[in-house]
Amino acid sequence: MAAVAGAGSVYPSGVVQARAAKVAEFARRNPTVIVSASVLLLMALMAGFAHHLASDPMALDPAVRLKPPCMMETFGFESRTSCRGWFGTDHLGRDVYARTVFGARISLTVGLAVAALSTTFGLVIGLLAGYVRLFDAIAMRVMDGLMAIPSILLAIALMALFGSSVQNVIIAISVPEIPRVVRLVRAVVLTIREMPYVEAAVSSGTRLPRILLRHILPNTFAPLMVQATYVCAAAVIVEALLSFLGAGTPPEIPSWGNMMAEGRVYFQIKPWMLLFPGICLALMVLFVNLLGDGLRDTLDPRIARRMR
Amino acid sequence: MYAYVMRRVVAIIPVMAVVGIFVFLLLHLTPGDPAAIIAGDYASPADIEKIRARLGLDQPIHVQFARWVGQLAHGDLGVSIFSNLPVTKLIGQRLEPTFALCVATIILSIVIAVPLGVFAAWRAGTFVDRATMVFAVLGFSVPIFVIGYILMYVFAIELRWLPAQGYKPLADGFVPFLRSIILPSIALSTLYTALIARISRASVLEVLTEDYIRTAHAKGLSSPIVLMRHALRNAAVPIVTIIGIGIALLIGGVVVTESVFNIPGLGRLTVDAILHRDYPVIQAIILVFSGVYVFINLLADLAYTLFDPRIRY
Amino acid sequence: MKSRLRSAAVALALGAAAGLAFAPGAAQAEKVLRIVPHADLKNLDPIWTTAYITRNHGYMVYDTLFAVDENLNVQPQMVGEWSASEDGLVYTFTLRDGLAWHDGDPVTAADCVASIKRWGKRDGMGQKLIQFTKELAVVDDGTFTLTLNEPYGLVLASLGKISSNTPFMMKKEHAEVDAFEQVPEVVGSGPFKFAKDLWVPGSKVVYLKNEDYVPRAEPASAAAGGKVVKVDRVEWIYIPDPATTMNALVNGEVDLWETPAVDMVPLLQQNEGVELAVIDPLGTQGWLRPNHLHFPFNHPSARRALLYAVNQEDYLRAIVGDPKLYRVCPAYFICGTPNESSVGVEALETVDHDKARALLKEAGYNGEKIILMQPTDIPVLNNASLVTAQVLRDIGMDVEVQAMDWSTLTSRRAEQKAPADGGWNVFHTYSTGADVTSPIANIGISGGGVESAWFGWPTDARTEELRDMYAREADPAKQKAIIDELQGRLFEEVVPYVNYGQWFQPVAWRKELSGVLVSPVPFFWNIEKN
Repeated sequence: MAAVAGAGSVYPSGVVQARAAKVAEFARRNPTVIVSASVLLLMALMAGFAHHLASDPMALDPAVRLKPPCMMETFGFESRTSCRGWFGTDHLGRDVYARTVFGARISLTVGLAVAALSTTFGLVIGLLAGYVRLFDAIAMRVMDGLMAIPSILLAIALMALFGSSVQNVIIAISVPEIPRVVRLVRAVVLTIREMPYVEAAVSSGTRLPRILLRHILPNTFAPLMVQATYVCAAAVIVEALLSFLGAGTPPEIPSWGNMMAEGRVYFQIKPWMLLFPGICLALMVLFVNLLGDGLRDTLDPRIARRMR
Repeated sequence: MYAYVMRRVVAIIPVMAVVGIFVFLLLHLTPGDPAAIIAGDYASPADIEKIRARLGLDQPIHVQFARWVGQLAHGDLGVSIFSNLPVTKLIGQRLEPTFALCVATIILSIVIAVPLGVFAAWRAGTFVDRATMVFAVLGFSVPIFVIGYILMYVFAIELRWLPAQGYKPLADGFVPFLRSIILPSIALSTLYTALIARISRASVLEVLTEDYIRTAHAKGLSSPIVLMRHALRNAAVPIVTIIGIGIALLIGGVVVTESVFNIPGLGRLTVDAILHRDYPVIQAIILVFSGVYVFINLLADLAYTLFDPRIRY
Repeated sequence: MKSRLRSAAVALALGAAAGLAFAPGAAQAEKVLRIVPHADLKNLDPIWTTAYITRNHGYMVYDTLFAVDENLNVQPQMVGEWSASEDGLVYTFTLRDGLAWHDGDPVTAADCVASIKRWGKRDGMGQKLIQFTKELAVVDDGTFTLTLNEPYGLVLASLGKISSNTPFMMKKEHAEVDAFEQVPEVVGSGPFKFAKDLWVPGSKVVYLKNEDYVPRAEPASAAAGGKVVKVDRVEWIYIPDPATTMNALVNGEVDLWETPAVDMVPLLQQNEGVELAVIDPLGTQGWLRPNHLHFPFNHPSARRALLYAVNQEDYLRAIVGDPKLYRVCPAYFICGTPNESSVGVEALETVDHDKARALLKEAGYNGEKIILMQPTDIPVLNNASLVTAQVLRDIGMDVEVQAMDWSTLTSRRAEQKAPADGGWNVFHTYSTGADVTSPIANIGISGGGVESAWFGWPTDARTEELRDMYAREADPAKQKAIIDELQGRLFEEVVPYVNYGQWFQPVAWRKELSGVLVSPVPFFWNIEKN
């Protein structure tokens, strides 16, 4: 796992060319990062342009419930008389294709928002805990307590408290993730603050906020990025599990997770309800995870040990 | 060393206190009323009010909390609002299935994941490495209930090798017991496998660069044997730690697996209790889960200091 | 596909899995009937709660004085002989011989009197009966009398009430427990004994055959007739997940599934080992309940707008799917019963969104927000809520769908506050047909307002008068006339709830079983297992 920096220096001709070469070299060394990032970008585009790609995902029509996908007929499977929509329809006659496309929005939003929320809170608490003794003592007891409650049970209880909405799903999944981020950040801070250059800064009278911002924060960046990808992947799965347990995203709003939870009942008879959102969700989680692995190997193989 | 152990043990108290207060407040602030559920759908509002009073749910929250803490101090976890049975009995009934499922899953995950990780590390950077890791992560990418249904469909419905659902206690014989937990523990181990495979790979990679491995090579030992004999022994510590931390993850998976395979374990008891607002049951179980988590992590920490002489406290 | 999978598997069948596959099952000396009930048994006292699962538990362990047969006629069950005085004011009941509690004590008239009194404190029909009763008196160990203040037509119908709360007979010491507290133990006189030590709440309930039970000589017919138990034990195994339950049934791991998900019916029909039938001829009635206390549904026109907006067929398709399992039925007191009436049904039969919009306007509605509570953990109600949301939007209402779990809904629906302050406008539920066939039993139509009506609080004095008249009337023809007038009033003025259809829940069982009884309540006596 050699470092990537400076790999482009063998191409001296022209800045643009050098940059392209750098990218090519990076891609050659880290194919997983590139492939993962591309797939995820594609999904993000699908979410962004959902309105142009599909019709209303909430329109229901019980008269055409559980119709098979027309896509299958293209391959000559079932009779042409009964199909409806590219991916078929669900138990309320809603278009599975439209719901899958719009589902990308909710699933990506949940993943990204949970990652952002938990890393932000985790970072702030972790930085303070790593540096302020008194705060550390209190905050870490609370964090240990939170961490000791199984995260899915905590999430279900939070959903029962707040009620069912996308926003609350995000909060309910983020809260149990925060302590893990806090621990990670705190560990980094504890190591860094013993470093000679930080001690030098302290003894030269630099104030605390400045030390945190200038010297410590940048060092937490790499492990946090990697952690964020894992949190993002886990959040999408947890969202599906919450729907399965009846405490997830409101059923009206399509997410890959709640589509799968609804489709599971029909899995042996009408597999398309589960299949299409399932494939999307699996691909997304897989590539987010691989992106995390790739980033970890690229940014710093040493941090692997501190992960999760 | 003993001072350290004592310190760690004492540190459990504030953690459990945080859990207790947090869970109590969380539950009692949550809308939903066990009295309404008990009375049933056709009870009149006045009847529900009477039941609520009988259960003491109309008292102010601090009074209810004080009563609960008082009970706990006497070692009493309370009585289920619904079934009127002591919570300790409810938990006792369901301990075995959950415990069996967890142990089987941990064993299975280690057996699958460690060789995968070692193998990937041995071939680090190659296509084989990547493919192995993708395989490990793939299981983690599908919600566990889907894996459960697929396993059930293939092995129970189509092939008829194993029962589709249910749990047979060990007292019914080892073979029925084993048959009943094979599918659930395979489904559940997918969660864990990616995690352990990753950590094994990373640990082995690190150890591979150390001098004595090169020496072992120089002595003419072939690579797989070197890996198993030397590398793994050194990578064991982080693996043990990750199992400790992963317990929380495992419990999360248990909740879902138990629902899919209809295993009467603690996970299902909790979800059910949350959905019906059976306060004493939820409070007690979360305390128990947290206690187990804290205890296992204490053990893992202590194991760490024992295994790795470089760590001093 | 199937065979390919099989042969591939056989090729792979090496080692442990294959070895385990042929391990012998545990020897089954005793006959065990494994039932997957519709819900988890949470409480054991069928007077304390109206929950159907506890009612079903009641039928296992307790017995009733009277019971209805499959033609809905009331027949004596624990009672051997009975008579009514000429003026219809004094009823005398004599218990039949051989009745005994599970602890060995004989069943006495004093036990029954105490049981009726406790039930009369909780159940709607029971309260009405007690209201008309001057005295319940013990004559001797096996005989007691019921004396009325004035003639009352529903004495036997009340004592033989098939659904919640059913007047089950309990020992005197238990029947004297406060009606708002649970009885401490389960001691019945019914055909099964409850095995408390084997009870795993949330998972399994075990009933053992009561060897000392003396069944009536008549053949079993719904709740009436001889309750002859033909297995050694019955286990209720609660499996919350429908896909798992189906697999368990197909695999023969359970014998009977009380409420198979309707969408699984086609798959179960294909399976040679499984039998499917509708055993409850009355089915289930859906209720769309508006809140009568608050704008806009405090205005009769707004409630009538709902009648024109709702198309039962749409709901039934979304909930049930298969047309063989549902019935478009506008009547309040269930189609196919003596109380079915066609008065006033046009409003519900007509789907006219323009008319609905006009009615809303008449009620002064102008785009205000409507709060619809949607229970996400009850599939039928979840789906019905989604259909209603769409229907209300179609007639120009601004609907806010608030998703929540059923627990939250049951406490939120009790809020009489304005919708904007934590109250509500609309929610859905359903009721077993057997519970709504009479105006007395149907609590949904009660017009007693905030004092005594069910959640949603319809307020209509005339409705209450008509219900009382019905209760006093003994002549079926006159009862029918009262029903017609009442239903007309309900459709034209009150609209206590909108009936969104009637559907029939099939029951699925293994072909090895025979003797499953036709009834609105599932009974597990009379069933044989080969």
